[in-house]
Amino acid sequence: MKSDLAKVQGLGSAKHGVGHWKIQRLSAVGMIPLILWFIPSLMLTIISGYNEAILWIQNPFNATGLILLLGTIFFHASLGLQVVIEDYVHSEGLKIISIIFVKLSSILLGVLSILCVLKIFL
Amino acid sequence: MNRPRPLSPHLQIYKPQITSVLSIMHRITGVSLSIGSIILVAWVVALASGLESYSHFINITNHWFSHLIFFGFTFALYYHLSNGIRHLFWDAGFGFELKSVYLSGSLVVVSAFLMTMATWSFIYFLRI
Repeated sequence: MKSDLAKVQGLGSAKHGVGHWKIQRLSAVGMIPLILWFIPSLMLTIISGYNEAILWIQNPFNATGLILLLGTIFFHASLGLQVVIEDYVHSEGLKIISIIFVKLSSILLGVLSILCVLKIFL
Repeated sequence: MNRPRPLSPHLQIYKPQITSVLSIMHRITGVSLSIGSIILVAWVVALASGLESYSHFINITNHWFSHLIFFGFTFALYYHLSNGIRHLFWDAGFGFELKSVYLSGSLVVVSAFLMTMATWSFIYFLRI
């Protein structure tokens, strides 16, 4: 139904334009401060024990940061794994199945971990 | 008629160079980190399930083999972080001269190594 021009507009060989490229960079930039905040928190507080870890998550700023980090990790990971699969899996069927598997597992792990943070926080 | 189309020389033909090795390392560390992120999920699930589950989790993570995995994971994380920043500079259009590429590549490896060492020195000498 599309005109020839509409078919190719914004689409390169990847067939989905530059959207994927952009959000992968955006999630990468967002993760830099989150990681640089989380690793020291892990080393200084979370590692100390169960109560310290619970108390740390019960702070609303920490819970917010952790939820943002978990969401970004699984988003960024699924985008990255998708590119790796597209580059190295040559059978079209296996490629699509692998990408769907990656996307669904990322959503599953992301929702599960964020739900756990909320449970501790609430 | 069924003769296959000619292929360009494949990757194994080329001598490994710092540029190509660091590039594939970015992918390897990225895939490893994706798989390793399951440990992060396990941590938060154990924490949300109560003290007993958390103790089980800590028992497993205190094993020397877990420490070895965490050590590799830390290096992968710092490498992917440093090289990711390097990629962002490239995306912004900076650092394409061969000299800069070599320099930033060495910087990535050195900083990943130093940050890994600093992290584990801190954990071993100050926490345990």
